[in-house]
Amino acid sequence: MKARDLTELAVRNLREALLRNSLTTLGVAVGVASLVAMLSLGVGLQALASQRLTRSGLFDAVFVTSRRDIRGPGQRPRTGATPSSQTKILDEDARQKFEKLPNVTEVYPQIRLVTEVRFNGTSYNTSVLGMPESSRASGAFEGITGSYFSSPTADEAILQIEFAKELSDKPASVIGQTLVLRYAERVPVTKTASGLSPELEAAITGQAPSSFSVVPREKSLRIAGVIESDPSAGVGGFGGARVFLPLKTAENLHAALPNDLQNFLAPGATKTTYTALTVRVRSPKDVLNAETAIKQMGFNTFSLLDATRGLRLVFTVFDLFLGLFGSLALTVASLGIINTLVMAILERRREIGVLKALGATDRDVRSLFFAEAGAMGLFGGLFGVVLGWLIGQALTWGTTIYLRRQDLPGVKISFVPWWLALGAIGFSIIVSLVAGLYPAARAAKLNPVEALRYE
Amino acid sequence: MGFGAQHHTVAPAGSRRAHLRNRNFSPRHTYNLSAHTMPTDPTLIQAENVTREYRLGEALILAVNQLSIEIRAGEFLALLGSSGSGKSTLLNLLAGLDRPSSGAIHVHGHNLAQLNSEELARYRRESAGMVFQSFNLLPRMTLEENVELPLRLSEVERSERASRVAEALDRVKLSARRRHRPSELSGGEQQRGALARALVNRPSILFADEPTGNLDSVNGEQILLLMREFQQSLGMTIVMVTHERPLAERFANRIAVLSDGRLISSGVPQ
Repeated sequence: MKARDLTELAVRNLREALLRNSLTTLGVAVGVASLVAMLSLGVGLQALASQRLTRSGLFDAVFVTSRRDIRGPGQRPRTGATPSSQTKILDEDARQKFEKLPNVTEVYPQIRLVTEVRFNGTSYNTSVLGMPESSRASGAFEGITGSYFSSPTADEAILQIEFAKELSDKPASVIGQTLVLRYAERVPVTKTASGLSPELEAAITGQAPSSFSVVPREKSLRIAGVIESDPSAGVGGFGGARVFLPLKTAENLHAALPNDLQNFLAPGATKTTYTALTVRVRSPKDVLNAETAIKQMGFNTFSLLDATRGLRLVFTVFDLFLGLFGSLALTVASLGIINTLVMAILERRREIGVLKALGATDRDVRSLFFAEAGAMGLFGGLFGVVLGWLIGQALTWGTTIYLRRQDLPGVKISFVPWWLALGAIGFSIIVSLVAGLYPAARAAKLNPVEALRYE
Repeated sequence: MGFGAQHHTVAPAGSRRAHLRNRNFSPRHTYNLSAHTMPTDPTLIQAENVTREYRLGEALILAVNQLSIEIRAGEFLALLGSSGSGKSTLLNLLAGLDRPSSGAIHVHGHNLAQLNSEELARYRRESAGMVFQSFNLLPRMTLEENVELPLRLSEVERSERASRVAEALDRVKLSARRRHRPSELSGGEQQRGALARALVNRPSILFADEPTGNLDSVNGEQILLLMREFQQSLGMTIVMVTHERPLAERFANRIAVLSDGRLISSGVPQ
């Protein structure tokens, strides 16, 4: 029999015993729904954890420091000192080299200064951090009150809420007001002791024009927003900043940084140098290659690659167990399919006899029962995915209400990706077909004479 | 395997079939195995020493016992016998619904006893039509869907099915009832529908197991008239089990009588 005829007959048979077949299909749907709900919870929680960790900028980033540093973040104390003449300087050249590495999306320095800010005539000592433009899309500033920086070079600041609370009882009220940043600017010295310009002297002596002076400056910044979370959270003391500026704005301050003195003493330091650079890659799987390449260039690196691996392992095991528990319900549902089809064989014994008398082969009869089981699996799977998604939405809804009562932002804890939906439907069909194996074989084996005699 | 549907032609005037059409059957006759007149058409079915035994607990039941019979193409054979004589079992064996315990049944040059289940199904699908005492139309389907069923099984193209179904229903004069379900039809209509289903695939042989058993005399006669018309106009070979001797005598070309699984007489009604 052709597949289309087989399908038509199967659907017709299912329609005839509508209540019983609907209940069986519903059983399959509940099984699939439990599987989908469980796995969507696993996927959702994994996505939530990944999202939160991605916002920290740790898992798709390599932190690079110069080997001149005594000890970089996450580094063990070195046993042997590297001669300063052989160390690589983390300067603009290095930054450009990193940017050319494959799968590198962004390289930016850490510009952080502990300095004084003034607000409404009161001075505060706080930590200021330049934020790269990528933080706009990364979700690091999700939930901001006010707005993100209007441009990458805007003279604007975003305040961490705890700091905003220090400035005003109503943190949101500071938005739009002006904050004055006081800092020390590093100004190149235009005249040397010999009376020549540093560049000319460098040309004559072969020495770098590394002389600079430090000048106190003030910068007025408009407060663009207030953020509850800490967008700068990270490793090695990167977090904890309370005033955030656009990175370009921070760079343009030319503020004197702790490494300036070290660079001043370093031979050959002719360009802007950095304490640390963050190299951001396309995805966590690109971290290893970037890290290896940067190490080969002679720099210290640090990443949380191993931590990511561990996290993935935990979630894989978590998903496996959720899937196993979800599958239990589907297994029970498959027993319902077997029961329904065995009952159908008893009821339709005579019909099977007639079909065989008319020339149906064993394979035709088997296929018909298979098609019925498969159809129940398909419809149960489709309905189950929708039901599972609804359960996930209900869980998210309930969790959000609970979190809001605890003054916490709502989270999406359930997520049904396309592969889970398709996989669940496919799995439902496979389980149903396996459940239909025995009834279909039994129906196919029926002796037509005995089947026709059946009343 | 070559069980392809045969081409049926209307019997020409003066032929054996045309002669049978106008034949008068005497109500009483005797059956003589040696004296019966065999049709001149070639043998279509040949059963040789066929035995069908069943085990019922410790007892071995011989439903058909060393039975041999030949059925000519175009013949209308009635199998008569008392209850339990083995006539339905023999019909099932000839129709390929059952297999003999021993012996051979040759149809179109193939021994049904040696065919596998797939080949037997093909024989039933392409060469044999079946009519039952209890009609056996599928209650969930309309009449035309029931008639279409053998065409689905034979994988006939959809475009061709509608015309074949309409033609078959037209032959049994049920075109107006094609959208009705079996429960909405009378017994006579159901059996006519079953006949339409049996002939829609244009088989060469029609097997009928007590086709008038559940019908009143008027409807029973109508069914047999239709069967005889199929035999004569389509050249079908008909093997019918019945216990209604008068009807068999009126419509069959030959009557074979069974008792205890053996053929005790076979002959032309006088």
